[in-house]
Amino acid sequence: MTTIDRRNEYAKSMIPFLDRERTIAKPGYSRWLVPPAALCVHLCIGQAYAFSVFNLPMTRLIGVSQSAPDDWKLTELGWIFSIAMVFLGVSAAVFGRWVEEGGPRKAMFTAAICWASGFLISALGVKLHNLWLIYLGYGVIGGCALGIGYISPVSTLMKWFPDRPGMATGMAIMGFGGGALIASPLSVWLMSKFQTATDVGVLWSFITLGCVYFLFMMFGALTVRVPAPGWKPEGYVPPATASKLITKNDVFVYQAIKTPQFWLIWTVLFVNTTAGIGVLGQASAMSQEMFPGRITPVAAAGLVGLMSLFNMGGRFSWASLSDYIGRKNTYFCYMVLGFILYIAVPYAGGSGNVVLFVICFLIIVSMYGGGFSTVPAYLRDMFGTRYVGAIHGILLTAWSAAGIAGPVLINYIREYNLAHGVPKAQAYNVTMYIMAGLLVIGFIANLCVRAVDKRHHMVSEAEPSRGLDLPGGAQAAPAQA
Amino acid sequence: MQSNDSAPTSTLRLVVAWSIAGIPLLGGVAQTLVNAMKLFQ
Repeated sequence: MTTIDRRNEYAKSMIPFLDRERTIAKPGYSRWLVPPAALCVHLCIGQAYAFSVFNLPMTRLIGVSQSAPDDWKLTELGWIFSIAMVFLGVSAAVFGRWVEEGGPRKAMFTAAICWASGFLISALGVKLHNLWLIYLGYGVIGGCALGIGYISPVSTLMKWFPDRPGMATGMAIMGFGGGALIASPLSVWLMSKFQTATDVGVLWSFITLGCVYFLFMMFGALTVRVPAPGWKPEGYVPPATASKLITKNDVFVYQAIKTPQFWLIWTVLFVNTTAGIGVLGQASAMSQEMFPGRITPVAAAGLVGLMSLFNMGGRFSWASLSDYIGRKNTYFCYMVLGFILYIAVPYAGGSGNVVLFVICFLIIVSMYGGGFSTVPAYLRDMFGTRYVGAIHGILLTAWSAAGIAGPVLINYIREYNLAHGVPKAQAYNVTMYIMAGLLVIGFIANLCVRAVDKRHHMVSEAEPSRGLDLPGGAQAAPAQA
Repeated sequence: MQSNDSAPTSTLRLVVAWSIAGIPLLGGVAQTLVNAMKLFQ
């Protein structure tokens, strides 16, 4: 059995309907059906950012009106989200190649099953008051749904939109940012509907969300298609003068992680995410402490809402812009503009300029979102489309690492400053300068990104014309043994 | 295996697909905007 045969067998599922070869689009299929399919998945898994709305009600599952001694503590509940985020990174890295070879429908279907199961197992955990079931349900199984669902449509979208890969992935990843905007009010509304004198309403909210999300994600799985071999958008002519930073070759997933380019882009994403996540999580407290009496808790909540909109909008707009100015230049924008804005935040605080402060935060958070949505296209430019989903999955470990580094930097430096007598209004200044310094590292890393050396490129194992028509698309092997 | 029959996508199908994804998203955006207005009050 050849390598191709083995990979083809590997890619085939027990349910043939889910196989990649069954999702090849017939002539006349509109590529504009793929972004809503991808959005349906990302909008559902984006709920993760709104999970905190369940935390307080889950501290009153027994006491209902107030926490009873046997009720769970907030610190225990905080682990649910953390476990889910860890499994997002792990599953994206581990299952990335399977997602790429199995095709988007199989991955979306798996994500839908895991996401719905996660909610249903968590509902059982609520019913039995067993927190470990929720850790397993939402944390582990739901976390795997996050990882698989997040990367599932990425390479498919780039194959459908070779003319606008940034815009295409930006649309999908925008959904991940937008999911919380839907889930937060929906969850609060569901809990209010299911609430009784003896129940806080979490149990049936979980069951309802699990069912609704499953239907939405299945719509995405049923709608998505992969382009037929050799398909090109009507009127699309690949650029005659090839850019040095946009390869026409493919790099095998495990070969890609041996290249300096992968780790340079990993560093760029890590730095951009660390800087953004730090302010995103602390924006409410930071704004109130930097402008005491001027930014009230209600206004701070408004700022957080506005930031989520810019986070979402940045994912689409920055990634779309990258199609015109190039991926490397877009990251230069993030790093240079980010550096200026982080330096400007302490100035805005010192001079009492609320407008400047708000503008800085909104642009920073838009670039945080933009960093996520631009990176798949950056990887595609460097490593080709063949394994971009799998490479993207491994790159998401930068997100997990930044998820720890960002809040730790902000919180611990603030605590240190307060303990050493720094006024609250200035407690974040050092952190802002450190974030600006991190962006300098990101700038240098981005500057060092060059085209991938030819020795890393894949050599075709099959006839070049067969290309994507091989089930699992496994047509090539790394140039190096 | 996939047949080569043509299957043109109708405008209605496109509208339905985008509505399924877009309407909840627009609802969430509108709700968030309403909350965000508190920043300017």
